[in-house]
Amino acid sequence: MKICVTAEGDNLDSTVDPRFGRCQYFIVVDSDTLEFEAIQNPNRETMGGAGIQSSQLIAGKQAKAVLSGNIGPNAFQTLQAAGVEIITGVSGTVKEAIEQYKEGKLESTQGPSVNSKFGMPE
Amino acid sequence: MIISVASGKGGTGKTLVSTSLALSMENNVQLLDCDVEEPNAHIFIKAEIKNKYPAFIPIPQIDKEKCNFCGKCAEVCVYNAIAVLKQDVLVFKELCHGCGACSFLCPQKAIREINKEIGVVNKGNFKAIEFIEGKLNIGEAMAPPLIRQVKEHINAEKTVIIDAPPGTSCPVIVSITETDFCLLVTEPTPFGLNDLILSVEVMRKLKIPFGVIINRCDLGDEETQKYCTKENIPILMNIPFKKEIAIAYSKGTPLVEAFPEYKNKFMDLLNKIKVIKRSEWEKSIISQ
Amino acid sequence: MKQIVIISGKGGTGKTVVTSAFASLAKNKVMADCDVDAADLHLLLSPQIKEKYEFKSGVTAVIDKELCNQCEQCVQVCRFSAVNTSQSASGEKEFVVDPIACEGCAFCSFVCPTKAIKMEENVSGEWYISDTRFGSLVHAKLGIASENSGKLVTLVKQKAKELAEKQNCDWIIIDGAPGIGCPVIASLSGVDYALVITEPTLSGLHDADRVIKMVKHFKLSVKLIINKYDLNKEMTEKIEEYCKSRDIPLIGKISFDESMVKAMIEGKTIIEYGQGKARDEIITIWDRLKKT
Repeated sequence: MKICVTAEGDNLDSTVDPRFGRCQYFIVVDSDTLEFEAIQNPNRETMGGAGIQSSQLIAGKQAKAVLSGNIGPNAFQTLQAAGVEIITGVSGTVKEAIEQYKEGKLESTQGPSVNSKFGMPE
Repeated sequence: MIISVASGKGGTGKTLVSTSLALSMENNVQLLDCDVEEPNAHIFIKAEIKNKYPAFIPIPQIDKEKCNFCGKCAEVCVYNAIAVLKQDVLVFKELCHGCGACSFLCPQKAIREINKEIGVVNKGNFKAIEFIEGKLNIGEAMAPPLIRQVKEHINAEKTVIIDAPPGTSCPVIVSITETDFCLLVTEPTPFGLNDLILSVEVMRKLKIPFGVIINRCDLGDEETQKYCTKENIPILMNIPFKKEIAIAYSKGTPLVEAFPEYKNKFMDLLNKIKVIKRSEWEKSIISQ
Repeated sequence: MKQIVIISGKGGTGKTVVTSAFASLAKNKVMADCDVDAADLHLLLSPQIKEKYEFKSGVTAVIDKELCNQCEQCVQVCRFSAVNTSQSASGEKEFVVDPIACEGCAFCSFVCPTKAIKMEENVSGEWYISDTRFGSLVHAKLGIASENSGKLVTLVKQKAKELAEKQNCDWIIIDGAPGIGCPVIASLSGVDYALVITEPTLSGLHDADRVIKMVKHFKLSVKLIINKYDLNKEMTEKIEEYCKSRDIPLIGKISFDESMVKAMIEGKTIIEYGQGKARDEIITIWDRLKKT
């Protein structure tokens, strides 16, 4: 199963990026084989709607779950509509996050973890 | 004639000037409050609001029966207000600017536009004044379209006074474009002067004739006056600081009501503006 | 680390003067001036600019006259009346985009049959990291008549936060923008609370009420300060009642004091100016804020 982790670097030892829409990298990992693809986030400098754009990207990569620090409401809504499981409050390295997820230690989030995405206007 | 009243810095007395100017005139005057984020003119102009026009911007609505999830709408939306997924399309209405590209370009004709309310335009009368104000809904970031809708009520046959928002960014520009003259209200402090200089840059860029009013003219230093002299900018009025003016203002009493002698001063101001406009007109005739 | 933003709704209530006073009272902090439209904080902090960057934001349509066949489709689709006709130097009719009216939606570029319209990125301001006698300041200057001050505000805040984390600061003190629109909304994200400065006037209360509603809309906590409270004590009482009825903590009142203007003219914060009733009141308020 494919899992996406937001990361500050391009490999499994990178730290989890606490942001979703404007994170540095998306690491899409096969949870069984630990094979991964690192995608540099093209939406980091986007004017507005970075979370929405990033969500579409992740959904397009067929990820079944997203692990990140915080996810705002617009991204939350988009990921939910795409049927992607959402887990927030994740920290440590990408590898650790995946281990925790496989061990069932992470619970999926029921609502956006940060207030409205009002940081980015327009 | 359309006169806008603006200031780089907030709280310099913009509303004090615009409401007093409007109240000084006997007839044929319109006052437009374009400070739609924080409209205040109504505190002084106690107009009975007779008409309320909700202001809308068009936003897309997707017919999911017709949609084949091709993704064209999301691709053309520069504001990222649309997300297209395998089986669903989401519209984020607070990001939409209402440009209409998505509905026009949808190959399936699956998008129609519906109205989203962003605020209201209130219209009423008070004495000789026809009063129009825009009020932006709280949490809404799109002031310019509402300001444009306020300005649609302009009747160019009358003397139109526009109370603009403070600053130098988009809402100010939308408020003051296509006005014949702009009054810049400032105070003689380093903050006031710094922001006045920014406003002057805006005026010169938009090529709007303008003059300066110095409020609380005795509470500060000489630098503002020196700047205006050096830049050849007319100072059209000085209003001294008086505790009584501040108190009247704080209660919502217009300056010209608390101090009727100001009525003549504002009429003089209007005449000065007319003289400036005429000399410019003459200059333009000669240069042709 | 605590992040506080000082806002007012109405302009001219003393937001920047109070921010600068806090800047000279707080230990170990980074300051951010988010009033990018009419930035004034630098006048009191006299920053030495250390780093300077261009601020790019949004796009504007530009028509290539060579490729344009004057079909007018761009004029028809533009909802912002940004495409106008004008006369070239040689007297020919041509189509031009008014960069101020253009919202950058790119609709025209999509419909143009000859691909004559390109969307070009705008340079709409500058932002700076500076040293001041009170510590680091992140500030910016928005180009005249530019849009997207909200995005610039976000950038300034983000950089201030990065800097504060690097320097292990206790405080980020943010001077907000007036109004309730996009720049203010942007200045609120991630703060611990918003401090609203108002004055005892009907306009002051009206605007404070709108800005407080906005802060609450974003589920943030808010505290209120009444500046120049003795100019109209009756109105001050009304504001106090307002706070009580809505459960908004009134954290202090500041007297009308000409030393505030005198300090400003000398380019000093009221704290450095060293005298005045208002100064003592602000120090008391800061002591209270430190404890919350």
